[in-house]
Amino acid sequence: MTSSYYESTARARIAGLLDANSFHEWLPAAERVTSPHLATLEQPAAFDDGVVVGKGSIAGKKIFIAAQEGGFMGGAVGEVHGAKIVGMLERAVRDQPAAVLLLLETGGVRLQEANAGLIAVSEVMRAILSARAAGVPVIVAIGGQYGCFGGMGIAARCATAIIISEEGRLGLSGPEVIETARGVEEYDSRDRALVWRTVGGKHRYLLGECDTIVPDSMEAFRNAIIASIENGDDWSLQALEREQQLLGDRLQRFGDCRDSRDIWRKLGWPDPDAIAMMDNDEFVAAAQKRCAKQTIKAP
Amino acid sequence: MAMENLKYRFDGGKPISGETAIVGVLGSGNLEVLVEPARLDGACEIEVSTAARGFGTIWQAVMKDFFARHHAGDIRISVNDAGATPAIVSLRLDQAIETFKGNHK
Amino acid sequence: MIYPAEKIWDHDRQRRNRKLERAASAMGGTLRDKVVSSEMAVQLLESVIEPGDRVCLEGNNQKQADFLAQALTRVDPAKVNKLHMLQSVLALPEHLDLYESGIAEQVDFSFSGPQGGRLARMVGKGQIRIGAIHTYLELFSRYFIDLTPHVALVAAQSADAQGNLYTGPNTEDTPAIIEATAFKNGIVIAQVNEMVDKVPRVDIPGDWVNFVIPSPRPHYIEPLFTRDPAQISEIQVLMAMMAIKGIYAGYGVQRLNHGIGFDTAAIELLLPTYAESLGLKGKICSHWALNPHPAMIPAIEAGFVKSIHSFGSELGMENYIAARPDVFFTGPDGTMRSNRAFSQAAGHYACDMFIGSTLQIDMEGNSSTATLDRISGFGGASNMGADAAGRRHASPGWLKAGEQRRIHNPGIPRGRKLVVQMVETFREHMHPAFVPRLDAWKLAEFANMPIPPVMIYGDDVTHILTEEGIANLLLCANAEEREQAIRGVAGYTEMGLGRDLRMVENLRDRGVIQRAEDLGIDKRDATRDLLAARSVKDLVRASGGLYQPPVRFRNW
Repeated sequence: MTSSYYESTARARIAGLLDANSFHEWLPAAERVTSPHLATLEQPAAFDDGVVVGKGSIAGKKIFIAAQEGGFMGGAVGEVHGAKIVGMLERAVRDQPAAVLLLLETGGVRLQEANAGLIAVSEVMRAILSARAAGVPVIVAIGGQYGCFGGMGIAARCATAIIISEEGRLGLSGPEVIETARGVEEYDSRDRALVWRTVGGKHRYLLGECDTIVPDSMEAFRNAIIASIENGDDWSLQALEREQQLLGDRLQRFGDCRDSRDIWRKLGWPDPDAIAMMDNDEFVAAAQKRCAKQTIKAP
Repeated sequence: MAMENLKYRFDGGKPISGETAIVGVLGSGNLEVLVEPARLDGACEIEVSTAARGFGTIWQAVMKDFFARHHAGDIRISVNDAGATPAIVSLRLDQAIETFKGNHK
Repeated sequence: MIYPAEKIWDHDRQRRNRKLERAASAMGGTLRDKVVSSEMAVQLLESVIEPGDRVCLEGNNQKQADFLAQALTRVDPAKVNKLHMLQSVLALPEHLDLYESGIAEQVDFSFSGPQGGRLARMVGKGQIRIGAIHTYLELFSRYFIDLTPHVALVAAQSADAQGNLYTGPNTEDTPAIIEATAFKNGIVIAQVNEMVDKVPRVDIPGDWVNFVIPSPRPHYIEPLFTRDPAQISEIQVLMAMMAIKGIYAGYGVQRLNHGIGFDTAAIELLLPTYAESLGLKGKICSHWALNPHPAMIPAIEAGFVKSIHSFGSELGMENYIAARPDVFFTGPDGTMRSNRAFSQAAGHYACDMFIGSTLQIDMEGNSSTATLDRISGFGGASNMGADAAGRRHASPGWLKAGEQRRIHNPGIPRGRKLVVQMVETFREHMHPAFVPRLDAWKLAEFANMPIPPVMIYGDDVTHILTEEGIANLLLCANAEEREQAIRGVAGYTEMGLGRDLRMVENLRDRGVIQRAEDLGIDKRDATRDLLAARSVKDLVRASGGLYQPPVRFRNW
C-alpha cells in the first residue's frame, strides 16, 4: 500500500488514516446501494456510488468519516453519493462523535444526475453546518488528484478546518470550466503551474482558506487531523466576524491583482517564484509572517 | 452506452473462508471487484458488468485461468468494469482473493 | 587523350551563385552581412528556391524550423513549385499545407508523428507523393548520395553576423543537413532565436551558412521524452522487473538504448531501487545512447550511469545536464551537444541492446507502428532495433546472445545484438498488440508502397516481453517454435488464446518462455512504491532542483 495520500484510493485513505481495524462502514459495497440515475442511462455504477462512509477512531477518538473516490466519475456527487454523506452528518448530530472527517475529492455535481445532484450538494452544506452547530467539528482533507471543486468547494469552506497538501486544489469552477467560459487568454488550463498557483494548496493556505498544509503522506494528514480535532471548533460570533474581516481585507488589498504571484509579493514574499519548489516545512516556516491571516490590516 | 452483463460459474472449487472484500475502482481502464462468501457447494460464481461490449470470449478465458489459479469455492465475485485490460482484470481478481483471505500484501 | 575544352564542371555552383545574386538584389540594402530580417524571409525563399528543387526543411523529433516552414507556405506558387521536400519529421500543419498549394509535390521523410493521419488522407487523395519512408540514418545517408538538398532551411539557437551558429543542446539533425547541403553547391538558411555578437560555441561554422534570419519567436521544441512517473501502472512496474531480472541481468547489458514509452521509463525508475537491490549497480546500464530522459535522473544520481550520448535534448533538462558533464556530452560553454546522426550510429554499432515498444506484432515477430489511417513512419527505432551485421567488437552480452542463437543455427562464432520488444498484450481500449497480420500490409496497398512499412523485422527481434512473460526467440529451433513462443506470451489476445498449450509448456520447461514466477518475481511486489520517483516533482527533487519541467508536467 502506498504512503502517498494523492495516489491512494478512498478506501486506502481511510485505512491509512484511522486506527488499525477501527473502521466500520455503513452501506458497504455489498449492499449495492447504487445510483438509479446511472442505471437508467445504462452507465457503469459503482457499488458504493463513489463514496465510503462509516465510523472509526483516530488516536483513540471516535470519529465519523466520508471519503470520496475521485477515480469514479471524478468524485462527482450524485443523489445516493450525497445522501450517504448527509446521512452520516445527521447521525453525527445525534451520536456526537469527536469529529467528522470529510476526505473530499470531487469535481462537484454529477452532471448525469442534474437537479438531484445539485440538491444533494446543498444538503451536504446544510448538514455540515448542522453538525457544527451541534458541537461536532467537521474536518476536511483535500489532497487527491481531482481536487475539490464546484459546490463541494463551498461545502469544504463550511467546515471547521481544511487540511490540504501542496498537490491539493480547492476552488469553485475548475480550470477547464473557466477556460471554456472565459477563453484561453484569461485562463490556460494546460498551464499547470498557473493552475496550481491559483487553486493549489500553497495559495489556498496563504490566503487563509486552508488551516493546515501538509506534505503528501498519509502520516502527515493523520497527524494534522489529530491536531485539528484537538483545536476544537470556534463557532462564536467573534470568530465569524474575524473571518468576515479577513475577506474584506483581502478584497481591499488584492482586488487588483492579476496573478497569485502579485498577491504573494504583497504578502511580503521577496521571490514569489521560489514558492513553488519549497518543501513543506520550509514553506510553512516562511509563511508564518507572510500569509493573509498574519498580515491582516484593521479595517 | 449499453452495458454488457456476463455470468460464469466454476464448480469443484475448494471452499475458502474470508470476509467480504472490495478492491479496485470503477474508473477508465480499471475495474472494481467485490468478493463475498456464498454457500454454493464449492462453486465460484462470477458476474461481470462491463462498459466494453463484445469481449465475452476473453472474459471467459480470464475467469477460467483465475479459477485454475486459486480453485476458490463458495464465493461470489461481482465485477464492475470500465474497459480494463485482461492484465489488470487478472491482477485485481488476485488482489481481491488475497484481501478476502486477509493476507493482501 | 583529348579533353573537350567546352565541358563545364560547375553547373551547380554557377546555379547557386545565380541564386545568391538574385537574393542579394532582392534583399537590396536590407541585408547586413548574412542577416536577413524576418519580413524579408518570403522574398529570400522566392529568390533562392527554384521549381523542382530539393528542399530540406529541418523538422526534427523536437526542434522545428517553424518560422521558415511558415514562410515557405507563403511563397508565390507561380514562382516556387513542385518542390521535392526532405524532412526527418513531418510535425507541423505547415509541412503538409505546402502540398495543397502545389508549392511542393513529393516528400522523402522518416517520421510523421502528429501529422500521420492527415498525411494518410492526402496520400489517399493523391495530393502528395511519398518517395520513401526512411529510418533516420538511411535518410541522412541519402542526403550524401542521391537526395542532396539544393536548399536547407534549419533552426539554431543563436547566430552572429558572419553566420556562425550555436545550436545549443538541441543540435540534433542540423550538422548532417548542413554538411550535405553546403559542400554540394546548396544554400543554407538558418532561423535563429537571437542574434549575438559572439556565439557561446560554434556548432556550425559561418562559412557553411548563407543567410540567418532572426525569428520573431523562438523555434518550437517538443518535450517528447518526458514521461510523468505518475502515469506508470503497476503492470508496467511488473514488466520492468521482468526486464531487469530476466534480460538486463541475464546478459549483463552495459550499453543500451531505450525507447520513449512508459514501459521503458518504468525500467529507468527501477534501476536505483529494484536493480540496486539485486546488486546490479555497475553490472548493467552504464553507457547509453539516449535522449536526456527526466526519468533517468534518479539512476544517474544513484551512480548507475557512466555516460549518455544524446540524439537531441529535452526541455527543462538543460541545467541538470550542464551540471553533470561527467555523464553528458557538453561543450566548452557548458551546454550539451547532441547529434542525431552520430547517436543513431552509436546506438546501432556500440550498443548491446535496444528495448522499446510498438503497436502491433505479428506471428513472425515483425512489428509496426503503422495503422491504416495513419502513416507514422519509423524514426530511429529501426536503426537501434536491428542486429548490427557490421559489428566486430565483442562484449559479454553480445557473445551470450550469439551463443544462444547458434544452438539451432550453427555457424562461425559471432555475437548478436539484443533487440527486445516490450508490450502489454492489450493497449488501452482493448487494442491487441498481437495480430495475425500487421495493418502495415493494408497501408502498403492503400498508399501504393513497394513493401509493408515494418518498423523492426522479426528476424532482428531476440526477445518479446509482455506482462505474461518473456519469449526468448534466440532459443527457438524453428519457425513453428518461434510462433508458439510468441503466442505463449500473447496473453488473452486472439493470437495468445490460439496457442498450442503443450508446446508452450515445453518451451517454458526449456526456458524459452519465462513467466514472472520462473524468474523468482512475486507479482505482489510489483507496486508503484518501487519507482524511484512517482511524480515529476520527485524528479525535480532528485535533481536537486536542477530539472525544470515544462509547466504542463507540473502539479504544484
